[in-house]
Order: sequence, then C-alpha cells, then structure tokens
Amino acid sequence: MAYDKFTILKSSAVPLPIENVDTDQIIPARFLKATKREGFGDNLFRDWRYNGDDTPKQDFVLNNPIYSGKILVGGRNFGSGSSREHAAWAIYDYGFRCVVSSFFADIFKGNSLNIGILPVQVSDEFLDKIFQAIEADPKAELEVDLAAQTITILATGENESFDINGYKKHNLMNGFDDIDYLQAMKGEIKEFEAERIY
Amino acid sequence: MQTRRNFNFIKMSNQASTLFDKVWDAHVVRKIEDGPDVFFIDRHFIHEVTSPVAFLGLESRNIGVMYPERTFATADHNTPTINQHLPVADPLSANQLKALESNAAKYGISHWGLGHARNGIVHVVGPESGITLPGMTIVCGDSHTSTHGAFGAIAFGIGTSEVEMVLSSQCIMQPKPKKMRVNVNGKLGRGVTPKDVTLYIISKLTTAGATGYFVEYAGDVFKNMSMEGRMTVCNMSIEMGARGGMIAPDETTFAYINGREQAPKGEKWDKALAYWKTLKTDEGAVFDKEYNFDAADIEPMITYGTNPGMGQGITKAIPTSDQVEGGKATYDKSLNYMGFHENESMLGKKIDYVFIGSCTNGRIEDFRAFASIIKGRKKADNVTAWIVPGSHIVEAQIKEEGILDILTDAGFELRQPGCSACLAMNDDKIPAGKYAVSTSNRNFEGRQGPGARTLLASPLVAAAAAVTGVVTDPRELLQEI
Repeated sequence: MAYDKFTILKSSAVPLPIENVDTDQIIPARFLKATKREGFGDNLFRDWRYNGDDTPKQDFVLNNPIYSGKILVGGRNFGSGSSREHAAWAIYDYGFRCVVSSFFADIFKGNSLNIGILPVQVSDEFLDKIFQAIEADPKAELEVDLAAQTITILATGENESFDINGYKKHNLMNGFDDIDYLQAMKGEIKEFEAERIY
Repeated sequence: MQTRRNFNFIKMSNQASTLFDKVWDAHVVRKIEDGPDVFFIDRHFIHEVTSPVAFLGLESRNIGVMYPERTFATADHNTPTINQHLPVADPLSANQLKALESNAAKYGISHWGLGHARNGIVHVVGPESGITLPGMTIVCGDSHTSTHGAFGAIAFGIGTSEVEMVLSSQCIMQPKPKKMRVNVNGKLGRGVTPKDVTLYIISKLTTAGATGYFVEYAGDVFKNMSMEGRMTVCNMSIEMGARGGMIAPDETTFAYINGREQAPKGEKWDKALAYWKTLKTDEGAVFDKEYNFDAADIEPMITYGTNPGMGQGITKAIPTSDQVEGGKATYDKSLNYMGFHENESMLGKKIDYVFIGSCTNGRIEDFRAFASIIKGRKKADNVTAWIVPGSHIVEAQIKEEGILDILTDAGFELRQPGCSACLAMNDDKIPAGKYAVSTSNRNFEGRQGPGARTLLASPLVAAAAAVTGVVTDPRELLQEI
C-alpha cells in the first residue's frame, strides 16, 4: 500500500513513558479480524484507552486533549511481542508518522519502515529530555529530519542523530516499497530458485 | 549493488562459521550496499489473520504468487475449539477463514482449513508433516515461527507487507542479524522441562536482551532434549527479542523427520541427510554475544508479571523493583495489573483457569507430561481448564494413548485444535481479573482476554495447579504414569 513520502516532520508529540509497550497493547488480538486495512486507528491502545463499556479512560494520554501531534514517544523496548503489522497500521491510521523510543523490537521496527512510519531510536538520556520538554509544554515541537537523520527539540535546540540504512531511507523519502524492488529482480530470483535443493 | 551466489552450500573460505551463517549465506540472492539482503524463503506458512491484506495487495498491484508450492495455509488463530463441524458463529472470524480458503484456491496454495485432517496450529502442523526441514529458511506472519528453528532452520516471524513480498517474489528484504549463542550445560533436575529452560533463559536475558540477534542454543541440555522440547525452546526465542533461535540438527532431528509425509524419501533423503550433517557451528566460530547457564540452577518456573521476562523459580518470592531491570513505574504498573505485591510467595496463590496448548506446549509430549500429574487425581473445583491440542494429529494421539481417559476420569474435557486462549481471538477468553496458569508464550496485559492475568508455566506446573487450584510446585506431585 502506498504511503506518504517522509522528509521533514515538525510536530508536537504524544508521550507514553511506559517501557516494553507490546503489540498486544498497541492493538489487542480481538481487533485483528478485518480482511482489509481499514479503521485500525480506532482500536489503537484499545484496552488502555477505553473501559470495558467503551467509555474513554480519562487518564490515558490519547484521551487527554492537551496532547496531540504526529509523533508518538514511547518508553524503552517499544513494540515487543507479536509480528502483527496491524500494530503499525493502527499507529499510522491514528495519524502518527513517527515513533520515538530508546529501543525498538525488531519486527515492529521493520513493519513500521515497510508502511511509512519512521522509528527513531534515541539514547535513553535524549528520550528523557523529550519527555521533560513535553511535560514542561505539551505543545513542545520536535523536528525529525530524515535526510539529515536528526531529531531536534525545537524549544531548546537540543538534538541527536539517529541511524537508518541508506536503502530504507531512500524508500521512505520517495514513497517506494520493497515489492517494487523485488518485482524488478524476478529474473535473478528465478535463477536462484532453480538451484535450491528444497 | 553486488550480487552473490551460493550454488552448492559449500563455504569457500577456511574461516570457521556458525550454523546461522551457513544457512543465512546460502539464501542471499543479492546483497544491497547499506541496506538489507534480498533473502530467499524456502517455506512460507500463512494463516487467516495476517494474510488477507497481503492478498489484497497482490490484487491491487495486479501481480500473482510466484511459487505457490512453497506456501502452505492453515487456519488456526481465529478458529473455535468446540463444535468445529458447525458454521463459525462470529461473522468476522468466518469471513477471515473464508478469505484464506478462497485466496488459497485462487492461487493454488495448499490449504488445511477448519475440519481438514491435517488442520492445527501452523507451528505444530509444519514440523509434524515433514514440511519443516534443516537448513531451510521459513517465514510466517506470526512471531512464533521461530519454533521451526529447532530443526536447524532459519525461521522467523514477518509482517503482512513481507507476506506480500514472499507471495509475489519468494524473497524478503532482511538485514542480517547479529549472532548469539546460549549454552546450557549439565543435567536438568526432576520436574524441570524445556519450558522451564526457556523461561529461565528469558528471565536472565530480559524481554529485550536478544533483540537484534539470532540465537543458537547449544550444550548438553539441548543435545539431550527431544525435538518437541527443542521446538518449545526455539518458539520462545522471540520473547527475549530475538528474531529466532536454532539448534544444530543431529540424530534426534533426523529420526524425527524420517518417514514423515512430506519429508524427502529414498535418494533424496540420502542427499538431504548428507547436507544436514554439515549444518553445525564450526569449532572456533565467533558469536557477537555468548551466554552460559548451568542446568542445575533451573527450577520449575512461573511468571509473576506482564512480560515473559518476568519469571522465576516457582519457590521464589516476587522480586522488589530494585532487583529488576527497568523503571519502577513500569514494574509497579505490572504488579498492580497482576494484583501482586513485592516479596510475596507465588506458591499457594489461588488460580481460576488452566490452559494447556498453543504452539509452545501443544504437542503430544506436553499432554503426556500434563497427564502424568493428573492421573488418579481430580480437577480442583475452582478451576476451569481448557485443554487444547495443537493439531488433529495430536488430538488423535491423546485419544490413542489413553490420555483422554485420564483427563476424563479427572473431570477434564478435551477441546479441538487451534491457538485458542493463547491470544484469545476466538471465544476462549479468560475473564477480567481472573488468574490463568497457561502453557502459552505471552503474559502481556489482556493477552488472554481483556483484564486477564496470565501466569506462564510448563505443562507440569499447569497440571499441578489444575488439581490443587493453587500455584503448586509440581515436584511434590510427580508420579510415574
């Protein structure tokens, strides 16, 4: 599925200072029953966001109108657990384009990159600074510059650089995906397949 | 762009290499500079939950399935575990099952749907049918695909975009992970099972301790372990963040595979076997990280928190926040969810549900272990037990071996195969606030139903809880069956 190109994102951010946020929290399994990629944002963080009777939990950050923006900032080890891409879809569908944490689970990170969400891994210290900046001012903006591979807290000018491989960076900046790439090398794959013992 | 081929599986250099390197490098179609490897997939499993959107993607791009014979479909995540002969009541679940069936039919993919004699949990039916073989690369849109690593395969979970990649090109784009070896040597104590070994390792490494790595398990404990035990261990690799785990194939592996329905036969078997025997880590090969554990330190394990790293020996007290890694706020949130307190003993805690099954512990040896404690005893009155075989083959074995009689005599009922309460996508949901001793793989908040509280453990610990109604050290109840 096509996604918006990612270049520079300047936005306020939603803080979720909890460690080990797993994909069952991002979207519980009972909301994985669709056969189309639609509406997953409604169930993002479902059980942290809503009570059993579907009324909003007032103390959860997504229900607090003072926080908004296209960047989600999570605690260490974000996205552990299941391989469900629905977790990344839910985050994208809700309106986030970037997730910041000091550590990401592998599959979640890969899924995010594949659908146009940029996972930005920062140091634990810088993550604390971001949380502090948002605590001081919920509208505090962050700037994520993919070309320069930097993330900046605009209020203070503090910044840090982040890693991303050149291939994925190029894809995100141009809205390309891996399937286009693989379709273009099917001849080479065919030759390879012919030599397999299985 | 550099192209690299490896036609004959023989590494040309003299450098010692790991099992993981040997299998990985033999599957790289192309190396992308400053990017991932284009990685060839031998076997692809799909199920009803993570595949429909991938098929929609193929349609919207107007591309087909490149090698349908390399993909295998089974329905498991969303299937009922009772009355499977009736139409599936939940229309959304029924719709997913129908989508899998029609997509498989449309593209010529083998499909073991609900009611098929070979149906069951994808990571149970693959190995038991001989589809999973050493040296293969295996993926599925399910993180517990790591199970298949027990055969010396590189097997891991993928997202739906990658399912679409495999369907359309038999490849995915993967950066090569770093290498870790976990050695467990010595002899396991009485009542200590493969599940305890994996829960112990995860408790030591934490839930993110192996992120970025692919793990090889080595040492006496794994050498002496059955294939089913090895599958349990490899299955849980993802729970410490590893993409997968693997064990070098040996005589135990070959004996397990030999004669299975889709395993190579005759000349093909001989050829395969010769290759499989090369699949081991060379002396002197270097890992990026290595851990050593002593089997004697491992007790029957149980988890007390909301991730699989929060486990410990069943006789121990719940740690205090300063004894664990990570922040106090997260730890407090976790214990609060569980309704537990620091320093409490786990033994004697009242439980409400017992679940035995899942891709972690849903094979015949797990039910034999469970029955070994149940035999001659009665289910505790306060316990609801869900006993769910991993496949129809396992279900048949349970009946043939007389395990069903033991269960029935004790007041238990056997359900039909599926993922069931492991992820509670179907009706098998643990009610809010209730405690479940579960042989599955995840104790995340709400994993087994909104508000459910999960204690991960082995089939022996589950059995001990099922007959006593409280968390019990299974060593007190062990008997010969």
